[in-house]
Amino acid sequence: MSEGVAVAGIYVRDQDEALEFYVKKLGFRVHTDAKNGDYRWLTVQHPDQPSFQLGLFKAAPPTMDESTAQTVREIVAKGAMPPLILHVGDCRAAFARMKGAGVEFTQDPVERYGTVDASFRDPAGNGWKLIETHKGGN
Amino acid sequence: MMAMAASKSGNGKGQGGITGQDPLLLRRLLRAKDKMDAAPHEEWPIPRLARASGASQAHFARAFKDAFGVPPHRYLLTRRIERATSLLRETELSITDIAFQTGWNSMGTFGRVFRDITGQSPSQFRARTKAVPQQPDLVPFCHLAAAHRPNLTIAVSEKRRLEEGDSVAGPEEKTEIVP
Repeated sequence: MSEGVAVAGIYVRDQDEALEFYVKKLGFRVHTDAKNGDYRWLTVQHPDQPSFQLGLFKAAPPTMDESTAQTVREIVAKGAMPPLILHVGDCRAAFARMKGAGVEFTQDPVERYGTVDASFRDPAGNGWKLIETHKGGN
Repeated sequence: MMAMAASKSGNGKGQGGITGQDPLLLRRLLRAKDKMDAAPHEEWPIPRLARASGASQAHFARAFKDAFGVPPHRYLLTRRIERATSLLRETELSITDIAFQTGWNSMGTFGRVFRDITGQSPSQFRARTKAVPQQPDLVPFCHLAAAHRPNLTIAVSEKRRLEEGDSVAGPEEKTEIVP
């Protein structure tokens, strides 16, 4: 595997808070955490997905001006960023584990369309759909 | 901490951004919106929504409207009608059952709000969508739901509101459905 998407990122309000959430509550691993002045390049990985990194980026200068950054922070906090989907083998088990860890669920597991799904948000407001994978497919 | 965030809410324009609202307040307002999304058939009076978001009752409706563009009660009505449209489209439930399942206590109110939002009656809507084959499997349903969400930039009760002549949150919250 050498070609494909390597990193896709989301905006978070606070990178420490996001790191705590994605690593301690969701079970991701830190891939890169590099600081350069005020800038911090932070990516995490799903343990079963070594070729993909999820970037946890802060909307702030110097990558954008303060007014634009404030706009981005508002959009994230209003839950208006694009959808994110996390596949799991057993949605109800993952729900129980994550809820126990303090994840904010916005929808309990529901069985429909031949699978089970739930919804949760990260502390910043990014919305995830938790979807049980079909056996042998997606 | 929470109280500080709330007190910076409201009309704090001029800090850049779109509404100038504190992201921490917006995140908590989102919690109230999520609660309505999860259970639109339930009653969501302002005190309950304010509690869900940890905001003061006095400022909640205004802050919610600033954040999401519509007053909370109007948002709830769109979600109910959205649920109703998908039940009309995807099930054989009777229109009466659908009305009660989506939180309406009165068929008259359901029909009127449904028509205000979609421009047609529930039975017209059902007849029209049943006539067109759907392929819901191809899009994750949550996004499908969003795509089918009735667009409510114009109020359900705009004309009632205009007739009554009033302030932002008042009559919206008074359109509580009674049998």
